[in-house]
Amino acid sequence: MSVSAFLIAQGVSVRLSGRVVLKDISLALSPGHLVALVGPNGAGKTTLLRALAGLVPSEGAIQVGGDALSSLTLRERARRYLPQGHIVHWPLPARDIVALGRYPHGATDPARLTAKDSEAVLRAMQATDVVEFGARRVTELSGGERSRVALARVLAVEAPVILADEPTASLDPRHQIDVMKNLRQAADGSALVIVVTHDLGLAARFADTILVLSEGRLVSQGAPAEALSERVMAEVFRISAYRAEFQREAVIVPWAEI
Amino acid sequence: MSLQNVMVTADIAARRRSGVMASLVALVVLLVLASLGVGPVRLSPVTVIDALFGGGSDVAQVIVREIRLPRVILGFAIGAMLGLSGAALQGLLRNPLASPSLFGAPQSAAFGAVLVISLGLADVRSYALPVAAIAMAFASVFVLLAIAGRNAGLLILILAGLAISSLAGAATALVMNLSSNPFVALEIAFWLLGSLEDRSFRHVMLALPFIVAGAIILFSQRNAFRTLSLGEEAAQSLGVDVGRLRLMVITGVALGVGGAVAVTGTIGFIGLVAPHLMRPLIGHDPTRLLVPSALTGATLLLAADIAVRIIPSTSDIKVGVLTSIIGVPFFLYLIMRERRALAGGVA
Repeated sequence: MSVSAFLIAQGVSVRLSGRVVLKDISLALSPGHLVALVGPNGAGKTTLLRALAGLVPSEGAIQVGGDALSSLTLRERARRYLPQGHIVHWPLPARDIVALGRYPHGATDPARLTAKDSEAVLRAMQATDVVEFGARRVTELSGGERSRVALARVLAVEAPVILADEPTASLDPRHQIDVMKNLRQAADGSALVIVVTHDLGLAARFADTILVLSEGRLVSQGAPAEALSERVMAEVFRISAYRAEFQREAVIVPWAEI
Repeated sequence: MSLQNVMVTADIAARRRSGVMASLVALVVLLVLASLGVGPVRLSPVTVIDALFGGGSDVAQVIVREIRLPRVILGFAIGAMLGLSGAALQGLLRNPLASPSLFGAPQSAAFGAVLVISLGLADVRSYALPVAAIAMAFASVFVLLAIAGRNAGLLILILAGLAISSLAGAATALVMNLSSNPFVALEIAFWLLGSLEDRSFRHVMLALPFIVAGAIILFSQRNAFRTLSLGEEAAQSLGVDVGRLRLMVITGVALGVGGAVAVTGTIGFIGLVAPHLMRPLIGHDPTRLLVPSALTGATLLLAADIAVRIIPSTSDIKVGVLTSIIGVPFFLYLIMRERRALAGGVA
C-alpha cells in the first residue's frame, strides 16, 4: 500500500491545551480507498481528521501527494473536509452552498460560475440527488436532505482527499446508506475518502480499510474483519459482536457489553 | 424542479437584487438633494443642483456648498460605514444581532475621544481625536471577540457587549466627573448625543480617510463571509484564513466607527437595523448584503438627519438620539424574534 500511498503520516502527535490527544500515529493511505476511522468516544478520531486536514497543529510529518502538509498554503491544503453536524448559519439556497465547494478553485461568487465550476457543481448535485431542491433554502430542508447538500458541497471541491466527520450521524438507515454509497463512489473514482463513524456495521460494510483509534493511539488497522477482530472489539470497545458475511461483505453487529 | 428551474430562480433573484440596488441609489440621491435643501433656508432641488455646480446666488452657494454639503457627505459616509460594519460583523459572527453599537464600539470610541479632549491633549479638530477613538474602538471589539471565543452564542456576545459598553460609558462619565471645567463637561455631554450639525470640511477631512480605509478593508473581505455560513472549520478547509479575517474585520470596523465617532459623537443602531431591512429583499447571503446594507445605512442616517431638522421642537433634537429612539425598539423586536435562540435553543 505504501508504494502508491497518497496520504502519509509519520509519528503524528497532537496536544490540545497541554493534553496529549494523539500519540505517535503513523499511516499510509492510497487513493481509491474508503477508509473508516472508528473508536470509542474521546479516542481522538475528530482530532486525527482535523490534523490530516491541517486544521490543528501537530508534531511529526504529514505528507499529501508527495508534499509536506506544513509546506502548503491554507488554500492548497483546502480539501474536502466535511465537519460534524452540517451546520449552515444562514438560509442560503442549496445550490449556493454546493457552489461554495468551488471556492478553493477561485469561484467566489455562486452566481457567476465558470462552465467548469458549474459542471462540477452539477455533477456533485446529481451524485447526491439534490438537484431538485437546488433553489430551496437549506434551512427549509429535512435533516437527510441537508446532509446530502453538505455532502454535495464537499464532493464539488473535486479534491483528491475527502475527510468526513460522522457524515451519517442522525440520518435514517436509508440516508445513511445513500451517503456511504456516495462516498464509496467518490473512492471508486480514485479519491481517498476517510470517514469518521460510530457505526461499525456501516464501516465494515463499505470501507476497504478500517483504522481503530483508542486513547489517542492507532491500535488496529486493516480490512474490516481483521481490523475489527474479536480481540479489538473486546479490548477497545468492550463489547462482543455478531460476525458474519453477507454478499461477500463483512457483517459486524455490536451485540453485548463485556 | 430541474436544474434549469434552479438557474431561472437564481436569475430572478439576481434581477431582484439589481432592482433593489438601483432603488437604493435613487433613494440616496433624493435624500442628498433633500438634505441640501432642508434647513432654516429652504431651497428647491433645482436651486440646490444649480448652487452645487457653482451657479445661482452667492448665498445659495455658501449654504449648499459650505454649510450643508459637509453635513451631507458625513451623513452619507458614516451611515454607509455603520451599515457596512453591521453587515460585516453579522457575517463574521453568523449572528443577526451583531452590530458595532451592541458591541460597545462607538461608546468605547467616544471614551477615547473624550479622554483626549479632557486631558487637553488635542482640540476637537486634530487628528489625535479620531486616532484615539479608533484605538479604543479596536480595543473594545478585540476584547469582545476574545471573550466570546470562536463559536460564541448570541447570549455571550450580547452580555459581553453590554458589559463593554457599560464600562466605556462609566469611564466616559468618570472623565466628565473629574473634569474641572463644567462647560467642557456640558460640551462633551452634548457631543456624545451624536450630531451632524455645523460640521465643516475640516471635519470631513478628519473622518473621511479613516472611514474610506475601513470600508475598503471590510469590502476586500467580502467573499470570505459567505464561506463562514458553513462555520469556521469548514471555511478554513475551503482556504479562508479565519484568524486573519477576524483581525481585518475588527480593524475595518474600528477605523470606520472610530473615525465617525470622532467627528459626530455616538450614532447607534444603524449598523444593527440596516442588514435586517435588506434580508427580506436581498436574501441572507452575507456577501451580497454588504453593499445594500451600506446604502441602507446611508439612507437611514440621511433621513434621520433631515428628520431632526423638520421635526418641530423647542431645542434641536440630536440625530444620535433619534436613531437610538427608533433603533432600540427595533432591537427589542429582534430579541423577541430570536427568543428561542437566546433562551439556549438553536444558536
